[in-house]
Amino acid sequence: MTDAMPTMMTSAGGDKPFDAPPPRQSPFANFLRRGRRHGGLLLGASILLVIVVAALAAPLIAPHDPYAQNLAQRLIPPIWHPKGTWDHVLGTDKLGRDYFSRLLFGARISLLIGLLTVAISGTIGTLLGICAGYFGGRVDAALSYVITTRLALPVVLVALASAALVGGSLQGVIIVLGLLLWDRFAVVTRSATQQIARADYVAAAQAIGCSTSRILFSEILPNILNALIVVATLEMAHAILLEAALSFLGLGVQPPLPSWGLMIAEGKQYMFFSPWMIGVPAVALVFLVLAINLVGDGVRDVTAPENRT
Amino acid sequence: MLAYTMQRLIVALSVAFTVSVVAFFLLHLSGDIAISIAGPESTPAQVEQIRHQFGLDRPLVVQYLDWLWKAVHFDFGNSFYFRDTVVSLIASRIGVTLTLGAISLLLSLVVAVPLGVLAAVYNGTIIDRLALSFSVIGQAIPTFCLGLGLIIVFSVTLRWLPVSGASTWKHFILPSIALGWYAVPAVMRLSRNGMLEVLSADYIRTARAKGVAPAVVIFKHALRNAIIPVVALAAVQFGFMLGGSIVIEAVFSMHGLGYLAWEAIARNDFPVVQAVVLILATIYVGLTFLADVANAFLDPRIRLA
Repeated sequence: MTDAMPTMMTSAGGDKPFDAPPPRQSPFANFLRRGRRHGGLLLGASILLVIVVAALAAPLIAPHDPYAQNLAQRLIPPIWHPKGTWDHVLGTDKLGRDYFSRLLFGARISLLIGLLTVAISGTIGTLLGICAGYFGGRVDAALSYVITTRLALPVVLVALASAALVGGSLQGVIIVLGLLLWDRFAVVTRSATQQIARADYVAAAQAIGCSTSRILFSEILPNILNALIVVATLEMAHAILLEAALSFLGLGVQPPLPSWGLMIAEGKQYMFFSPWMIGVPAVALVFLVLAINLVGDGVRDVTAPENRT
Repeated sequence: MLAYTMQRLIVALSVAFTVSVVAFFLLHLSGDIAISIAGPESTPAQVEQIRHQFGLDRPLVVQYLDWLWKAVHFDFGNSFYFRDTVVSLIASRIGVTLTLGAISLLLSLVVAVPLGVLAAVYNGTIIDRLALSFSVIGQAIPTFCLGLGLIIVFSVTLRWLPVSGASTWKHFILPSIALGWYAVPAVMRLSRNGMLEVLSADYIRTARAKGVAPAVVIFKHALRNAIIPVVALAAVQFGFMLGGSIVIEAVFSMHGLGYLAWEAIARNDFPVVQAVVLILATIYVGLTFLADVANAFLDPRIRLA
């Protein structure tokens, strides 16, 4: 297995050795085989899997209704605290809502924000980048200008102002972030497309008269997908962090939704006596973002070893 | 050099102009400002009166040109909420944000560049791996969580530093760490990669072969070239910090530009929000322009390309 590796690597790199071709394997099988040995990717994927399963199964796992208030049981500390109880493993908040249940349902919000934001921003950024990279010339100049302008806008501030105007809600935050965070997609797709726009298979597709949209989406897009997946994971993490920041500032997701950023904001007034109230959602947030970033870095290492940083 | 500078200047000015259009129309198109000012309980007649009073019944283009004409003369009108002109509000707040941004940038550079150089010099060793792990974990910690964590440890538990405010230098320590933290991973990775690239260059091998001391090779021959892209990144990061300081200022109740923007957004105070967006974006454009010029000055390949 390990002996076969160098041959595999060189053939994937393009300069084919003259000895027997390596056994054919699907790219995905290759990915899995190399990914199995990448510690960071495995760690990230495992944490992410736990969070995704917890989010999907939240109604089954959650011991309490995340919205059910119980004023008789306010501010119960978590289980590691001497006054903690097993009934509320991570304690309760100022309205007596079970913190663990809220954390589980909060994972759904973070993941939803991450996925939908990236779906919107990825579409916009990829379209802009692929067109700029393929057509070049004036199209490139115009689109690069759009990208530069977008980069000049202070994201947090513009997101806050727009989210406030849309009237802070889950949908509002997703739309605002989706329309804002396409810059890195555009920058990366643009340069990736530039690199392969002169490739032989693109020239061949042009020669046999393929339509431009076919060339863009069937010839170029699949070949820049690796870079796109990496950007998508990093931007997902970015979107989740921004949502938490917006909700923390009170202009993102609105109560009583259990957004982690909102939980941290609500815990802020109790941080002197109950620091766990911000600690618990903050640690969850760090783990989610860390897992997504590890997966992104891992995918980059595994799919394109030459781009390793 | 002059031709290059002029070319970058024209781009910078046109981007600043486009940003002003975006800053203006973004707030005007995403909702009816008159209704927002008047509040939800107002009658249609009151809304109409406010629309007229603030000149919101004029065509948007006229409103924009009027706003831009005044803006380039540093007149951003009056705040709806604060009983003051926008310019004097900003003038009284911008110092805190600029100070915070400058200290944060300095702090992140002082940590990140040596760490990146160290990781590159000891490439592949445990030091390198530790530095990279640090950058991955660092990236995952949201600035406001770090800020709150620092407050809990250093202000609440140890009682070394104040919780909030911006009156003495002590107030700036924790916020600067929290804000500067954000830039460390990016700067570290860039200085590491730049250093790795330079260290594998032929002239470094030559210098080593001649018997130049390792420290001289690293600091005199290599670092000077590896640092060039970091200059550009530092400028960009400073722009991000000014924009991102809104969160840190909120956490530490520092009355800077970000805090002003936060208060203004929550109260639909559009003149203030527009002005802050425009000023921060213009600062960013100016910084990237300076970085481009500085880069071209440091690296002739850029200006001659």
